Amino acid sequence: MRYIPITGDEKAEMLRAIGVESTDALFADIPPAVRLSRPLDLPGPLSEQEIDAEMRALAQKNLSTQDYACFLGAGAYDHYIPAVVDAIIRRGEFLTAYTPYQPEISQGVLQAIYEYQTMVCELLGLEVANASMYDGASALAEAAVMALHATGRKGLAVARSVHPDYRRVIRTYTEGLGAAVTELPMGDGATDLARAEALITGETAAVIVQMPNFFGCLEPVRDLARLARQQGALFIVAADPISLGILEAPGHYGADIAVAEGQSLGNPLSFGGPWLGMMATTEKLLRRLPGRIAGATVDVRGQRGFVLTLQAREQHIRREKATSNICTNQALNALAATVYLTWLGKQGIRELAEHVLQKAHYAQRQIASLPGWRPAFSAPFFKEFAVLGPAEPARVQRHLLEKKILGGYSPSRDYPEYPNLMLFAVTEKRTREEIDRLAAALGEVQ
Amino acid sequence: MAEMIFPADLKYTREHEWIRVEGNVGTVGITAFAQDQLGDVVFVELPPVGTEVKAGQQFGTVESVKTVSDLFAPVSGKVIEVNTALEKSPELVNQDPYGQGWMIKIELSNPAELDALLDAAAYQAFLKEGH
Amino acid sequence: MSGQPRSVEPLIFEISRPGKRAYSLPRLDVPAAPVEELIPAEYRREKPPELPEVAEVELVRHFTRLSRLNHGVDVDFYPLGSCTMKYNPKINEEVARLPGFAHTHPLQPEETVQGNLELLWNLERWLCEVTGMDRMTFQPAAGAHGELTGILLVRAYHRRRGETQRNKILVPDSSHGTNPATAAMAGFEVVTIPSDRQGNVDLERLKAALGPDTAALMMTNPSTLGLFDTNIEEVARLVHEAGGLLYYDGANLNALLGYARPGDMGFDVVHLNLHKTFSTPHGGGGPGGGPVGVKKELVPFLPVPVVEKAPDGRFYLDWDRPQSIGKVRSFYGNFGVAVRAYAYILAHGGEGLKAVAEHAVLNANYIQARLKDYYDLPYDRRCMHETVLSAKTLKETTGIKTLDVAKRLLDEGIHPPTIYFPLIVEEAIMIEPTETESKETLDRFIDAMIRIYHEAHQEPEKVKAAPVRTPVGRLDEALAARRPDIRWRRDEG
Repeated sequence: MRYIPITGDEKAEMLRAIGVESTDALFADIPPAVRLSRPLDLPGPLSEQEIDAEMRALAQKNLSTQDYACFLGAGAYDHYIPAVVDAIIRRGEFLTAYTPYQPEISQGVLQAIYEYQTMVCELLGLEVANASMYDGASALAEAAVMALHATGRKGLAVARSVHPDYRRVIRTYTEGLGAAVTELPMGDGATDLARAEALITGETAAVIVQMPNFFGCLEPVRDLARLARQQGALFIVAADPISLGILEAPGHYGADIAVAEGQSLGNPLSFGGPWLGMMATTEKLLRRLPGRIAGATVDVRGQRGFVLTLQAREQHIRREKATSNICTNQALNALAATVYLTWLGKQGIRELAEHVLQKAHYAQRQIASLPGWRPAFSAPFFKEFAVLGPAEPARVQRHLLEKKILGGYSPSRDYPEYPNLMLFAVTEKRTREEIDRLAAALGEVQ
Repeated sequence: MAEMIFPADLKYTREHEWIRVEGNVGTVGITAFAQDQLGDVVFVELPPVGTEVKAGQQFGTVESVKTVSDLFAPVSGKVIEVNTALEKSPELVNQDPYGQGWMIKIELSNPAELDALLDAAAYQAFLKEGH
Repeated sequence: MSGQPRSVEPLIFEISRPGKRAYSLPRLDVPAAPVEELIPAEYRREKPPELPEVAEVELVRHFTRLSRLNHGVDVDFYPLGSCTMKYNPKINEEVARLPGFAHTHPLQPEETVQGNLELLWNLERWLCEVTGMDRMTFQPAAGAHGELTGILLVRAYHRRRGETQRNKILVPDSSHGTNPATAAMAGFEVVTIPSDRQGNVDLERLKAALGPDTAALMMTNPSTLGLFDTNIEEVARLVHEAGGLLYYDGANLNALLGYARPGDMGFDVVHLNLHKTFSTPHGGGGPGGGPVGVKKELVPFLPVPVVEKAPDGRFYLDWDRPQSIGKVRSFYGNFGVAVRAYAYILAHGGEGLKAVAEHAVLNANYIQARLKDYYDLPYDRRCMHETVLSAKTLKETTGIKTLDVAKRLLDEGIHPPTIYFPLIVEEAIMIEPTETESKETLDRFIDAMIRIYHEAHQEPEKVKAAPVRTPVGRLDEALAARRPDIRWRRDEG
């Protein structure tokens, strides 16, 4: 009980003040029939040293991207995390605070959120942003819910090239609201515009695409934006934040709502989370935006200060009429993203995006030149690409693992039409030596 | 409540809206009591012009910093004008609830509904009962 | 005084100067192609995002200064009701950063992440033991996300049985706002059930509301009043007899660890808040962890994938679950939060968790006993892990509201309790001390509350002017909401 700082004497004194003999009396309201009459069957208690040893033993049963060259992507990317990120997010004042309900002693978190919101708006090219969502997938689903409410329509036209998990989450979130999801089919690595046009109708609340899409390809976003607008539907884009150093911002080509998985911005892979969903929209849709929002104001002394604002949208005030039920979000991960984006800065994000672009294309050229391997699509791509190989992906992966390489990913469970397709993602962490090792290993698979 | 004013020429609802009828048109807002209960009004959501409203049905919402309330139409009819000044200056609802803080104008479809509303004395009596 | 935080820190954008940099990138060691050939012009960005340009030292000082404008559990007492702001052990931060956990990709082959899968498998069993449930998912990222998952499970369960008419979710009037918001999000109608004079669910009103359209009752027990519903067996019987399910909002589980289990009370679906009960840090508003546990009838509907153990001892992810509700998040949830909770349970064991609840309840009752002569106690019962007081009488006699009391506490270096919640208590002050506070700290808080009580009578203006020792004074929230300024723009800077 090392985390409980009450001594036996103090406990006795406190019980006297309360007027009971023992702490058992404090639990008298629990009916005997529902009380637990045996101790919980759990391991422990362990000393800190034993915990450290046990956790290390578990962690060592995994292979990490520090020991293996990671070419896996598909929604999670092995980008470098600068030391400044952890130095800041481990500060107890940030780490052990909660939602800033008392602004006078929460200016640190509130100002950081305001700065974060600004960066999200800048990256996504939109006017307003919230303080974060759980991840990219749930942010996209919340965007779909926003569109259903904003348009009063029930149709969602979702590109098949959107990440399968994201599409699953959209379905889970919107089914109870009576939404009908239509899939926009893929052509050569991106949404087939001609077939999409027929599926986007006056019943469509939103057209939803990912850019770059799940296969790494760039989508014809300007045309899709036009198709959405023609039918009075909203245009929703899920973006890769690093790509926005070089690719146009969604808001600039007509997105009404844009979201992004913020993991790449200073958050470790951590087997899938905690990450963060970035979310921005237009001024017009501000009051439909879910989640916390920080805003600037002034205090009684005339100083600038920050508060949580527009709270009447939220569950603790509007209850069943709230824009969403979200309460706790991913504030610390958003702080990591804010520190990371500050570290990169205006020049850095462009340089990083170009660096990643070059390495990914080098890798793709090396692989495509191997006998038996060819690009799956001809659409342009950023940092991830799809190739078709001569062998079953599981066999390829096993061979690569022997060469201390993680990847590529086979999406055949979700795209049975591509049984031999493999996705490879390349970040700035991958060296030419690793890329060449990958290509050499793939060349050995026949 | 002593300092609050409830003009005698208005009709009132139990949900704390008022209506001023001129000819066939009723101007609607919320009472001095309502704005006091809400505190600082920060946003008023109103229907587009042309919306048909029914007596007793919700036509919008009014938000203060820490609460939100539905607005109910005192009478049925068509919304022919909304107070766009509230978009930029929602504080008018606090400052001048019966004047510049008005919300919508309704073209009455059934003026007989006015009879069901409270007059100023009845509304004040209703407030005294603790609503 | 040197070293004290400045009261106001400029925005990072205001510190920014063109040409400054903190970043460094590795040398590009592959042949470069012209960017125009790789990305056609129609896709390229013309105007770069306005990210700040600062040196590393400026970055570190900026965010360090911001941190010093902030209160956290590591700084001082944080008795925020319903939020369980307990101490977050530092070893948990260390182990979560082990490369084997922090640097594993969610799509690695299963044989390369056996440690992660084992951790999730074990933790699922431990949390089922704590709650009395049969299976659990870790996909939900927070409590409200767990609620949504749980209510969608309820929906799937009724649909599977052909009972599509069950379209109402009942919530007590003391419930968290997330409960009705969740029900609405999942497409249900919300019916509010009043509390009786003891703070329990009003049984007569519950009976009247139950029927063939009842999908579930969502309950927090102990409730947000900090009170255990003594009629829980009857409530469970009534809901089940009507064909509904019982949902447990685990926000207040800290009170019951090792004493009682939701599963034994009749709850069918449970969400936990790992960031409350299991000490994972709140991070300024997340990340959290909202695992959802269910009884066996609801297992087929759990989100995909679930972690299974093969007869040979190998762990794997099972995607083949045709009745699943699908996914509520990408991959498997906030895994890093689960790692911290795992270490926390190891530190305590079964006995240790029971001591957590014991001391959480002891501390709350001690505060209640010492403050009830000064502040109203609207439900005059011993409490569980939190006590709800009220400043109603204080307001009537002195004009000092709960808000003023809270603001005055800021000057004492103490984070105020939750205020104005639950909604059914006027001028509510909801105090949750948690088990990790010393008697000295509790006494300091109690003394401050009593001092404020006397001040309210003697020098009310002083209380109304508070806080005066904080970096900023009371802020104009009406202005912030009327003229939303939620991002910086260059032309303003």
